[in-house]
Amino acid sequence: MAFIFYASSIVAVVATLLTITRRNAIHALLYLVVSLLAIAIDFYVMGAPFVAALELIIYAGAIMVLFVFVVMMLNIGEHAAETELDVFRPRAWLGPGLLAAVLLAEVARLVSLQSGAYTGSTEISSKQVAVALFGPYVIGVELASLLLTAGLVGAYHLGRRAVSREEEIRGVDTDESRAVSRGAAVSAGAGRSSHAA
Amino acid sequence: MINLYPLLIIAAVLFVVLNLAGGLIWVERRLLALWQDRYGPNRVGPFGLGQVVADSVKLFTKEDWIPPFADKAAFVLAPAVVVATSLLAFAVIPFAAGFVVADLSIGILFLLAMSSLGVYSVVLAGWSSNNKYALLGGLRAAAQMLSYEVFMGLSLMGVVVLAGSFRITDIVNAQRHMWYVIPQFAGFVLFFIAGVAETRRLPFDLAEAESELIAGFHSEYSGMKFGMFFVGEYIGVILISAMLTLLYFGGWLGPVLPAPVWFGIKTLFFICVFILLRGALPRPRFDQLMSWGWKVLLPLALVNLLITGAFVLAGV
Repeated sequence: MAFIFYASSIVAVVATLLTITRRNAIHALLYLVVSLLAIAIDFYVMGAPFVAALELIIYAGAIMVLFVFVVMMLNIGEHAAETELDVFRPRAWLGPGLLAAVLLAEVARLVSLQSGAYTGSTEISSKQVAVALFGPYVIGVELASLLLTAGLVGAYHLGRRAVSREEEIRGVDTDESRAVSRGAAVSAGAGRSSHAA
Repeated sequence: MINLYPLLIIAAVLFVVLNLAGGLIWVERRLLALWQDRYGPNRVGPFGLGQVVADSVKLFTKEDWIPPFADKAAFVLAPAVVVATSLLAFAVIPFAAGFVVADLSIGILFLLAMSSLGVYSVVLAGWSSNNKYALLGGLRAAAQMLSYEVFMGLSLMGVVVLAGSFRITDIVNAQRHMWYVIPQFAGFVLFFIAGVAETRRLPFDLAEAESELIAGFHSEYSGMKFGMFFVGEYIGVILISAMLTLLYFGGWLGPVLPAPVWFGIKTLFFICVFILLRGALPRPRFDQLMSWGWKVLLPLALVNLLITGAFVLAGV
């Protein structure tokens, strides 16, 4: 099991590095999906199958699909890849690099403190997760649901089609116009929920 | 010493599923023909069964063309994703008591995860083809599958609440006295609709909709890459039929006949229903599809879950 853990961790790290360095947005997102899949395996091996499943369903299966969806709609072409080159100048790397170095030092310190941080012994069942969520951590669940509701209401407001005065007077409500308004509401709602989550 | 038993099961499952998926091409054409008062393919071999072999030879030997304007990596990856995710999902499908590759404690969640990862194949195919019809097909597929996934998961939760487990063998064993289709009839109908939408079969095949989008997301595909989408779709049909059998119709449980035979009969029945749907129903408009999903089916799934939860809490 330890071997699987380290193998998928290496995959996760490499895929994340590739996510940062790809210039094509869709390729970068695909590497991020691979990274999420590898992390799901890590969770599973460490005895958290429920979290692993949620990682797959929500992050890899829903949120990342929405990201790909949005990037597809934006239709960014070759010139976007060229502007990305700007980001790879050394000066742009300085700040994030320093911050990441602090994190790296912390991880190194933690690893040196306790050898064998990997512990894959007990399996946490989904029932235990639910009991914890709706017991001691119920305030977190409520806050998250508030946030999501706010996101939903906001998406509805943004996606609502403004009816012009002229249309109001004529009472135009053809199938086509309804289809357009619905399409807009759906895509705006989709983008919004991904932020909230 | 490696335990050979799981490897044997994997080989058996792959053999059955892949052959069935290939054979379904013939089954579908024959059944559709029957319902439309025609003969269907009946020239090659007995009952036209050789048609499957002829078709696969044709697919393998056809020119496999990758358009120069396509994004090559994603173009090649897309058809592999659909087959890989739907075959992986069979890892948690028990064909009989103990005859399962991996009886995960999160079985149902794993199935949902694999079906949601399957979206990538259509989305990537649509995007990487660099073709406006393919892109429109990919966009439709992404929106449709994301919307229908939401209440697909919710409709299954009624079964999970009744059985008290995500493990599929537990759910089947909990149906010894009564199939879940009786207490969870609403959940069954909702899951069935969502299942048809997830496999992108008619009447929910708006992602390909040949009358408006040529062939939708796989317009640019040829040869065996197209064949992979084809086979992936049939594997999806088998998967949803197997899930319907396991979660609502008692899986392998049944009198007299051996367990895998019962499982096979029930699954084949649902596969035939899938094919009948294709022959019987017209395709809805895309906005109708979306508003149905969000405004009718999602609230129904929530109400179903609420009522089921109330009954379980009351201890009826």
